[in-house]
Amino acid sequence: MFRSSSARTAADSAANAPIPDSGEVPALSVPEQIVEIVSDSGEGAQTAGQIFGTVCAKMGNGLWTVEIIPAEIEPPARSRAGASGIRIRFGTKPVASMGDQADLVVAFNEQVLYSRIDQGALRPGTLLLIDDKWSASDDPKTREAYQKALEDFHIAGYIVREIPIHAETHELTDNPQRGKNMWVVGLLCALYSRDLDLAKREVQLLFQRKRKGEDVIALNHKLLDAGHAWAVEHIDARFEVPSETHSEPMVVMNGNAAIALGAMAAGIEVCSMYPITPATSASHYLAADFHHAGGIVHQAEDEIAAVGFAIGASFAGKTALTITSGPGMALKSEFLGLSVMAEVPLVVVDVQRGGPATGLPTKVEQGDLLSSVFGQPGDAPKVVMAPSSHEECFHFMVTARKLAESFRTPVFVLSDANLATAQACLPRPNVSEEWLSPPIDQSPWKEGAPAYGWDPETGISRRPIPGQPGGAFVLTGLAHDEYSHIAYESSINQRAMNMRSRKFAALQTALKPPEIYGEEEGDLLVVGWGSTRGAIEEAVDRIRRDGHRVGSVCLRFLSPLEPGLDEIFRRYRRVMTVEINYSDDVADLGRAGERRYSQLAWLLRATTLVDVDCWSRVPGQPLPPQMIEEALRSRLEGAESCTD
Amino acid sequence: MYGLKTDWIDESIPRYYTFEDYEGATARWCSGCGDHGVLTAVQRLCRDEQLPPEKTVFVSGIGCASRFPHYVKAYGFHGLHGRALPVACGVRARRPDLHVFVATGDGDCCSIGTAHWIHAIRYNMKMVVMLLDNNVYGLTKNQTSPTSKKGSSSNTHPGGSLLDPINPIQASLGIANASFIAQTVDWNPAHLFATLAAAHRHPGFAFVRILQRCPHFKSGLFESMMNDPSQVLLMTHPDGIEVDAAVKKQFENQREHDPSDLAEARALADSQDGTPIGLFYRNDSADRYDAFTVEGIATSRDTKLRALETQLDRYQI
Repeated sequence: MFRSSSARTAADSAANAPIPDSGEVPALSVPEQIVEIVSDSGEGAQTAGQIFGTVCAKMGNGLWTVEIIPAEIEPPARSRAGASGIRIRFGTKPVASMGDQADLVVAFNEQVLYSRIDQGALRPGTLLLIDDKWSASDDPKTREAYQKALEDFHIAGYIVREIPIHAETHELTDNPQRGKNMWVVGLLCALYSRDLDLAKREVQLLFQRKRKGEDVIALNHKLLDAGHAWAVEHIDARFEVPSETHSEPMVVMNGNAAIALGAMAAGIEVCSMYPITPATSASHYLAADFHHAGGIVHQAEDEIAAVGFAIGASFAGKTALTITSGPGMALKSEFLGLSVMAEVPLVVVDVQRGGPATGLPTKVEQGDLLSSVFGQPGDAPKVVMAPSSHEECFHFMVTARKLAESFRTPVFVLSDANLATAQACLPRPNVSEEWLSPPIDQSPWKEGAPAYGWDPETGISRRPIPGQPGGAFVLTGLAHDEYSHIAYESSINQRAMNMRSRKFAALQTALKPPEIYGEEEGDLLVVGWGSTRGAIEEAVDRIRRDGHRVGSVCLRFLSPLEPGLDEIFRRYRRVMTVEINYSDDVADLGRAGERRYSQLAWLLRATTLVDVDCWSRVPGQPLPPQMIEEALRSRLEGAESCTD
Repeated sequence: MYGLKTDWIDESIPRYYTFEDYEGATARWCSGCGDHGVLTAVQRLCRDEQLPPEKTVFVSGIGCASRFPHYVKAYGFHGLHGRALPVACGVRARRPDLHVFVATGDGDCCSIGTAHWIHAIRYNMKMVVMLLDNNVYGLTKNQTSPTSKKGSSSNTHPGGSLLDPINPIQASLGIANASFIAQTVDWNPAHLFATLAAAHRHPGFAFVRILQRCPHFKSGLFESMMNDPSQVLLMTHPDGIEVDAAVKKQFENQREHDPSDLAEARALADSQDGTPIGLFYRNDSADRYDAFTVEGIATSRDTKLRALETQLDRYQI
């Protein structure tokens, strides 16, 4: 049931090789690898993975990491639900998704591996390197559980190797729990022929940022050396993931950092927020460094105040941003409606997580699309964009700010927990001075000119800001005319709604139809949005290799939609969306007409009148390419046999 | 000033703003509503202080009192129910050159917007906040407000409200970093004006509760206090609200209260012998959050660019 690949074969054979003996071991060349480090919470697996991933990227590999996060801050040790860690996928070519099953997993205890099995992260042949500490536990129950797990793993076809992570780390530090991660980085550097000096530099930078002393850095360097030396002596497998030289300067960061830097590059001055997972880290990056660029982070008393503060700053002529996640969007909704009604420019980042209500706070979902587009009472059109990569996380912030001001509107940027926490490579942005220009047309306001001088064609108007003589007006959330006077006459509301709607028709005329990936016409078109792009394109590649005529598009604009969709859709026999949100499977229902579609599918069906199908899942993790591939194959088969 | 046009003035001569320069739309409050008097006092304050209309911002929420910005000729923000204060803080954050006034009501401030009220006092950003407290929801037609007296009947509590009201002064005095808490009444223009003027001069968040008549739904609520000024306790002090002798003479019931004495302020807020007016508490040296929010407002584009490149260097591989 698993696809074979050269990477897999190589890992399997290397793992089966005899272990001891030292000396130069020839490295097996593989196109990509998926490595996981899993542990109890607080054992530094994520830090280790980030360092190892950065080293791979620095050596020229494509990179994508995925954080494995338990729901609690301190879940019980050695519990299946407490699995914390990181997946590092690196390859010769650029990597744009988390991929399928892991090739190699380093585990600090055996119990956390069960949750990875439950998540479908392992396959027969996956090499497991497990800390042997638990085999000598004082607690007979722990010893028993450990042995039982090893048997389970063996039966399931994983290749198990016990390694003395704890014992070796203990040689160097009294607190091995805090040093194991670095020892493992050293080990991985040996296995994958990575430059240990690069790892040392990353470790140094990390601890300098945390304001730790030289002694801490020296100890961690020793741990790296020790892990490396142990692997050289005891493991005779070496892999090489060849790298291609980058043609331009590259940076490595996660999506939330890209959003934070994008906000700085966009000339935003005020980030007003309330803590919420998984959005908060974007504000952390800004809180640490925003002041160097003259900006501030305001931690408000609640989500409502956060957006209100941003709207107040924007009304006063400052560029403002609020960053949140689904529950925060729900709380902000009334203010977002005001921002539409009173045409106050505002950038809103929604780092989506599972919903509704508290949902899956640390896990990915693309569940806020329809509530973003339609979530306010009345007609509240606004711009909704979704970055599909880290590069877009950065640049969409600049675009969002420009659109917000040009169209006097809120602009929602829908990221998600997958982009937020995944580290990836992107070309270093060439920052333009023009992005930082002040938001307001500074020329004098013509006395008596209306505050909403709507252009009849585009609905666009210039706005006065406090401080401009002659421009004084009273912004109101009540229906109003172009002078912002309260609409006491019945025709005013119709016209004002029309003017506010027209802006988005005007914006749509400035957009291009989306680019098609794969076949320009054929059997099946897959439509996605946001962070699923990389996985969808991988699945499309695999299916095309079998001769199927399949293409995909990724929509960056969800409101207004990019133009030309119905024309594109008509070139394919079937059109379907792939999303991380809920939809009914047709097979579960008595009648197709009762089916509840995934969110983009609803939107596309309504706007194009094409019978757009969908496949969506809410597993609380990114969709692996293989799952998508299987879904697409079943649709193609269904189309051929016409049973669907 | 009737008939005098001011547009002959050359821009090199500072313009003198007249009372009329602050007149916005015609106020649509009921006749006899206490809000009219507050509006006049504020317009007079703007004129006396010569606040440039374009540099003055009135922010409000929703309710009768929140119509206030429409009636002043200045920049205004008539936003959402309960949310005037976050908006006002946002306006203030990066614009120390603006004069910010907030008009809010007892429902707006002490019910739906309570969280913001508490935190705005703690932020202590420079602005004047007027709580126009008429003990009732007027715009939505006579519902119980958090400051309605226990037992008072309304459309939501026809048999009388069930609980004791919130005391906005006592609540405000309980908040860390409070810096200016005063109380006045709409029917004494001199005291009202003096209180607002002191609030405007205060270097921080000046919270003024104004007891305000609602003849439509709370007819007679303050009548006995108006007819018998001895029911009012005038707080006096050189550091408090300055009123001239003629005004003082109206109040036989007076008490000197040092506004730096927080414990006494709290005792007075619960006073059973007369409704105190004047300044309860003042602390000019309380921390100001706007001292933080204005940081970096003059950052040059070059500095921003350099900061950004330094950040990108950190992530470069």
